[in-house]
Amino acid sequence: MIKKNKKKPMKPDLKQLFLSMTRLRMFEERVADLLLKDEIKCPTHLYIGQEAVAVGVCEALKKDDYVFSTHRSHGHYLAKGGDMKKLMAELFGKSTGCSQGRGGSMHIAAPDIGYLGSTAIVGADIPIGVGAGLSSCVRKSKQISVIFFGDGAVDEGVFYESINYASLYKLPVLFICENNLFSTHLRICFRQPADNIFQRIKTFKMPSKRIDGNDVLEVYKNTCAAVDHIRQGKGPYFLECRTYRWRAHVGPWLDIDFDFRSKAEVESWIRKCPIKKLEKAMLKKKDFSAAERDRIIADVKNEIDEAYRFSQESPYPDAKELLNHVFRD
Amino acid sequence: MRKIKYSQAINEAFHQVMNREKNVIVMGIGVNSPWYVGHTMEGLFKKFGCNRVIDTPVSENGFTGIAVGAAMSGLRPVVIHPRMDFMYYSFDQIINQAANWHYMFGGSVNVPLTLRGIVNRGGEQAAQHSQSIQALFMHIPGLKVVMPATPSDAKGLLISSVLDNNPVIYIDDRWLYDIEDDVPDGFYQVPIGEAKVLKQGKDVTIIASSYLVYEGLKAAEKLGALDNIDAELLDLRTIKPLDTSRIFDSVKKTGRVVIADGGWQTAGASAEVSALISSEIFSSLKAPVRRVCLPDAPAPASKTLEQVYYPHSEDIYLSVKQVMGYKEKA
Ligand SMILES: Cc1ncc(C[n+]2csc(CCOP(=O)(O)OP(=O)(O)O)c2C)c(N)n1
Repeated sequence: MIKKNKKKPMKPDLKQLFLSMTRLRMFEERVADLLLKDEIKCPTHLYIGQEAVAVGVCEALKKDDYVFSTHRSHGHYLAKGGDMKKLMAELFGKSTGCSQGRGGSMHIAAPDIGYLGSTAIVGADIPIGVGAGLSSCVRKSKQISVIFFGDGAVDEGVFYESINYASLYKLPVLFICENNLFSTHLRICFRQPADNIFQRIKTFKMPSKRIDGNDVLEVYKNTCAAVDHIRQGKGPYFLECRTYRWRAHVGPWLDIDFDFRSKAEVESWIRKCPIKKLEKAMLKKKDFSAAERDRIIADVKNEIDEAYRFSQESPYPDAKELLNHVFRD
Repeated sequence: MRKIKYSQAINEAFHQVMNREKNVIVMGIGVNSPWYVGHTMEGLFKKFGCNRVIDTPVSENGFTGIAVGAAMSGLRPVVIHPRMDFMYYSFDQIINQAANWHYMFGGSVNVPLTLRGIVNRGGEQAAQHSQSIQALFMHIPGLKVVMPATPSDAKGLLISSVLDNNPVIYIDDRWLYDIEDDVPDGFYQVPIGEAKVLKQGKDVTIIASSYLVYEGLKAAEKLGALDNIDAELLDLRTIKPLDTSRIFDSVKKTGRVVIADGGWQTAGASAEVSALISSEIFSSLKAPVRRVCLPDAPAPASKTLEQVYYPHSEDIYLSVKQVMGYKEKA
C-alpha cells in the first residue's frame, strides 16, 4: 500500500469544494434547460451527479498539470479552471467558444490551464493522456497527467495497453475511472465479467483504489495521496470512483422510461447527492453559515447568467473560415 | 406496391435474412438499445435472442476480430456501428485480416462478414461523429462496398451483403431514413456491383451515391425546369466494385459528368470514378469532370460552418451549369 504523505496533510478548502461543485451543478442544470428549449443543439452529455469526482481531483492539482477527458467533460473543464463563458459559447457554436465553434460540447479544450482536450471516441483520451505523462517525464517537468474516463472505456483494448505502458515506464499519470455503472443503456454486468476494475489494475503493479466518488473529501484526499506518489517519481496511480449519472446518457432527460434503470435506482443516487452531503456536513460543523451558502449560490447564478449573455452576444464563425485550423502555419 | 421507409427496409431485411439463414448473427454496440439509430434493429433481440443479437461491450477492435473468426468458422456475422467514426478502432481486423485472408491463404479460407457503418451526421456533432469514410474501404483489395440510396436497395443490398462470401462494407446514411418508397415485401437480393439509372437524360450525367442521389435528383429537376438541361442520374449503389459499364455507357451518351460523393474530395470515391472515365473513355468527354464532395476539413460543429460544409442539390446544380457552359478554347 501507498504510505500517506506525512509531511503536509493537505487541508481541503471546504468552501472552495462547495463552490466548485455548485458551479458544475448549476451550469449543467442551465445547460439542461437550454437543451430542453432547443437553444443548444449539439449532442450534450451532462455530468450532473458526478461532480465530486471532477472537483475532488482537480482541487488537488496544479494549474499546469494536464487533464484529458471524454464526451462528458464540462465538469472536468470547469473544475480545472476553464472559463465558463467560453464553454457556454462553445455549446452554442460561437466563435468565442473555447474551440471557436469547431467542437461543440464533446470537444472542449483550454491549454492555458493544462486542459488539452476532450475526445468523443470512447477510450481515446487514455493513451493520449499517457503521452502527456511521457512528455513530462522526458522534459523532466513536474507536471502530472490526469485522465478521466468512464467504465465503458475500460471495455476498450487500448485501455489495457495504456495501463501497461504507463506502469512499465513509471510515467506520471493519474487514471481517474468514473464508474457510473453504465455505458449508454448497458450496465457494467453486461459488459465485464466482474465489477472489479480497480483490482484488475493491481496486476499491472500499479497502485489502485476504489473510492466513493460521491464523497468529495474522500476523492480529494485520495487524489492528494496519489499526486504525491506520482510527483515523487514512483509511477502512475489509479482511482476507481463509484458514482452515478442522474440524467440520460445524452441530453437533459432522466432515462427512466426504459427498463434498464429504475426510477427507484435513480432516486437512491439522488439521495446520495455529493453536494448535499458536503453542504450538510459544513453547516453542521459551522464551516459556513446558511447565509454564506446562499451567497455562493447567488454568485454562481450571476456567473452563469453572465456566461449565457456572453454566448448570446457572440458571433457565429464566418462561413469563410471553414478551412481555418485544418493545419497550423 | 406498399411503401415503407428506408430505415424500415433495413429492419425488414434483418428480420427476413435472419429468419431464413440460421447462421446469421448481428453484433455491435447498442444493437439492443431502446433508441437504436432509426429503430433499424427493432424487434431483433426479442425475436432471435441474445445468442444471435449481441449487444457488445465497447470493444470495436475485439468484437470485429471475433466476428472475423466466427465468419471463418460457419457463421455470417453482421457487425454494426451506429457511426462510421467508431470503426477506426477495428481497422486492423477489417483490413489486415478480413480483407486479406482469402487471398493470403490462396483461397482456402473465406470471411463472409458484413460490416454495417451508419453515416450519422449533422446536428452540430462535429469531427468525431460525422464521418463518411467509404473511400478508405474502397481503397482496400478484398473488400466490397455498397451505399444504397433507395429503400428497396437498402433492403436488397443488405440481404446480398449478408449472403456474399466476402467481407462487405454496407453503408447507410441516417439522412435517408425517412424516405419512403416502394419496397417488395418478400425476400429478394439486389446484386452487388450494379449501378442503376434513376432518371434518363441526354445532356449530362450526374453520378451519385447514398443521400446525394436525392440531392442529384432535385438538381436534375431544377435543371430541366429552369435551364432546359436534360440530366441523367446514375445511382452507383455499389462503389466497389464499380459498375464501369453503366458509368461508361451513360458518359458516352452525354459527354459531360458531375460526380457527387458525400466523403472528402481528395483521394475520395469521386476521384476513382473520375480517373476511370478519363483514362478509359477520354474521347467521349466534352468537358472536364466536376466533383461535388466534402471540403478538406474535419466536420465542424457550428451551424454556420455546417451549412457550407455539407454538399446539397444546389452545389450539384451549379456544377452541372459549369460543365454545360464549358467551351473548349481554340
Ligand atoms: C469508439 C466509440 N465507440 C462507441 C461510442 C459511442 N458511445 C459514446 S459514449 C458511450 C458510453 C461510454 O460509457 P463510459 O465510458 O462509461 O462513459 P459515460 O458515458 O458513462 O460517462 C458510447 C458507447 C463512441 N463514442 N466511441
